[in-house]
Amino acid sequence: MDFSLTPEEEAFKKEVNDWLDENMKDLPDWYVRNDGSGPEMESEEQQAFSREWHKKLYAAGYVGIAWPKEYGGRGATLMEQVIFNEEMAKRRAPMGAGGLGVGWAGPTIIAAGTEEQKKRFLPKILSGEEVWCQGFSEPGAGSDLKNIQTRAVEDGDYYVVNGQKVWTTGGMRADWAILLARTNFDPDIPKQRGISYFLLDMHAPGVTVRPLREMTGYALFGETFLDDVRIHKSLMVGEKDRGFYISMGTLEFERSNASSAVGLLSSINELIALARDMQRNTDPVTRQKIAQFYIEANVAKYIGLRALTRQLRGMTPGPESAVGSALTQEMGQRLQDYAMYLQGPYSRLVRGSKYAIKNGSWQRSFLNSRGNTIATGTSEVKRNIIAQRTLGLPRWV
Amino acid sequence: MNFELDEEQVMLKTSARDFLEKECPKELVREIMEDDEKGYSPELWKKMAELGWLGLSFPEKYGGADFTFLDLAVLLEECGRALVPGPLVPTVVQVGHTILAAGTEEQKQEILPRMINGELILTLAFMEENGSLEASGMTVKAEKSGDNYVINGTKLFVPDANVADYLLCVTRTTDGANKEEGITLFLVDAKSDGVQVEILKTMTGEKLCEVVFNNVSVPAKNVLGEVDKGWQVVEKMKHEAEVAEAAWMTGGARWALDTTIDYAKERIAFERPIGSFQAIQHKLAEIALEVEGSTSIMYYAAWAITEDTSDIPMAASMAKSWCGESYKHAVFDGVQIHGGIGFTWDHDMHLYFKRAKAGEVNFGDSDYHREKVAKLLEM
Repeated sequence: MDFSLTPEEEAFKKEVNDWLDENMKDLPDWYVRNDGSGPEMESEEQQAFSREWHKKLYAAGYVGIAWPKEYGGRGATLMEQVIFNEEMAKRRAPMGAGGLGVGWAGPTIIAAGTEEQKKRFLPKILSGEEVWCQGFSEPGAGSDLKNIQTRAVEDGDYYVVNGQKVWTTGGMRADWAILLARTNFDPDIPKQRGISYFLLDMHAPGVTVRPLREMTGYALFGETFLDDVRIHKSLMVGEKDRGFYISMGTLEFERSNASSAVGLLSSINELIALARDMQRNTDPVTRQKIAQFYIEANVAKYIGLRALTRQLRGMTPGPESAVGSALTQEMGQRLQDYAMYLQGPYSRLVRGSKYAIKNGSWQRSFLNSRGNTIATGTSEVKRNIIAQRTLGLPRWV
Repeated sequence: MNFELDEEQVMLKTSARDFLEKECPKELVREIMEDDEKGYSPELWKKMAELGWLGLSFPEKYGGADFTFLDLAVLLEECGRALVPGPLVPTVVQVGHTILAAGTEEQKQEILPRMINGELILTLAFMEENGSLEASGMTVKAEKSGDNYVINGTKLFVPDANVADYLLCVTRTTDGANKEEGITLFLVDAKSDGVQVEILKTMTGEKLCEVVFNNVSVPAKNVLGEVDKGWQVVEKMKHEAEVAEAAWMTGGARWALDTTIDYAKERIAFERPIGSFQAIQHKLAEIALEVEGSTSIMYYAAWAITEDTSDIPMAASMAKSWCGESYKHAVFDGVQIHGGIGFTWDHDMHLYFKRAKAGEVNFGDSDYHREKVAKLLEM
């Protein structure tokens, strides 16, 4: 057992921190103050800020660090990725634009795409020139992804796609989408064996995106309607009818995010500051609650490090990663809920109101957090995965 | 980065489990639980000494094996899983390690080799009627009288004092405004005149005792550490005791989880295994999450002690608080998922159920440790 970093890893950590020291100096005042005085999340100013930051990260070689060097990445080790994510979270560095392309579309193309696809798409994902979104979920297929109904029918060199997608993150601004559609309609095969994985041009004729307004009042997501959209066969990723399995690889990649506990620890620091501001920090009940959050975040962190050790040994994150992610997401929700509670009557005030604490930032993140236990598989589905795949309990038949 | 047991630790774990399955079956646990006298098995104690368990974490020059606290935690986890009855943790951790940390060479030579070979049983006389774990709760007095000190007062909840050869007694030698000053530790021969031990009946059958010190004369050479400066030693001991208890509880929680999973796979109700019901699956997934957490935070804390990092107080409190709650959760739901059979005397679940409730309050309950965490966070 050894929690120390190798000299190379220490050097990388220092490099990242030196870079952050240098580049975070130029961040706008509103970002540094973290007091809710910044522009609206969806505003053009905010978008421009994210794009600008992405460019800086890209120029420094910090976009897609996990990608192999031959595709423009850094070929970073898993440990370097963890260090990078942790340092970014610890320093509360801004998120770059293009997370979905870098984190999902790119790795999938690298793993299962053709050489042509790699050449065509990867450089522009890294540079941020092209923004990606995801077309997996449908109104009738969320956690139960294999139930998708969108149809892709062969027509010469093309597939003609019809259907509706939902929860398309940033769909209104995206240039491309990773898309799942049914290509085999044989009713006798299992549903997951008839799905293919496509790269969809969001500007193609027949693609319509409507903003999907969430309970936050904002529209981070979109609904995507596909009417006779023609996708060239060269834009299929992997084999026909094998798309479901390719997408599962991407989901597990997402679940293995080892730095979420570090992000939680930063939120706890903010919660402690809030408790002080509200003069609740000496209240024993409040102290118990916040200490429990801190303990839980650390438990999640050390569960994550044990999973990471297995990954470093070359094993896939697998169902165990569902354990850690269920814990951090639920805890993040409870933390947000408690931050509201601590504000008493002020918790009712939102962005733009006189007296609103941090200009309603907590209110926004509280509402947003309710999606955390739904996206990427609900907590209930994750518990099923733990019970059936990790504990070996029988499936309902 | 490497957060898993090494080969040697895995071997220790496996061999401990094999040994205990054979030598410490539930029949023995139950027999000792219902025995009013000893509270441990001298035969098992002897075998554990022969295996080197009592000296695992002690230097070779005292007859030990020179392993680490982390290795010991691996062993204690298995002992907690097997519900090993008797004074293992008080002897090795609370007193043995404390002698190693604070004792003179003479004290170490006199006691440790005989403790390690199984001759001596040691225990800690710490808490009093006020139930406090803080220095302010220490009222048993020791007063200087010539070359000796004279101890007067009553210690409570002393584990296994009925069979102990030495009691490590935490006393007050000076009473000032700062309660953490004026604490002195004594190694008291349990057969000294004036020491009176009475066994208290407990839910687990573990032997907790009232120990009355009535003008007990102890030679000054039996002071462990410095006079009036004992509290620092106690603080260090407490952290080790907290993590030892966390390890013990993690082992028990893992047993409850494994046993309940097996049962849920086999037990048929409504024409299907109850483990196929999501109501049961989600409960078990929840416990699995928590026990996975116990293992992780407990090993981290044991590692911190091994490496003597500055994070020890925080890690120990996090581990004690988390492991206490997850053990309880595992056995509460363990009984529930077992249904009627889980409520019987014949089923073993209640042995763990009771141990979980005992462990929860041993060396500070979860609230107590959360407050420690809050303080360390300078909240």
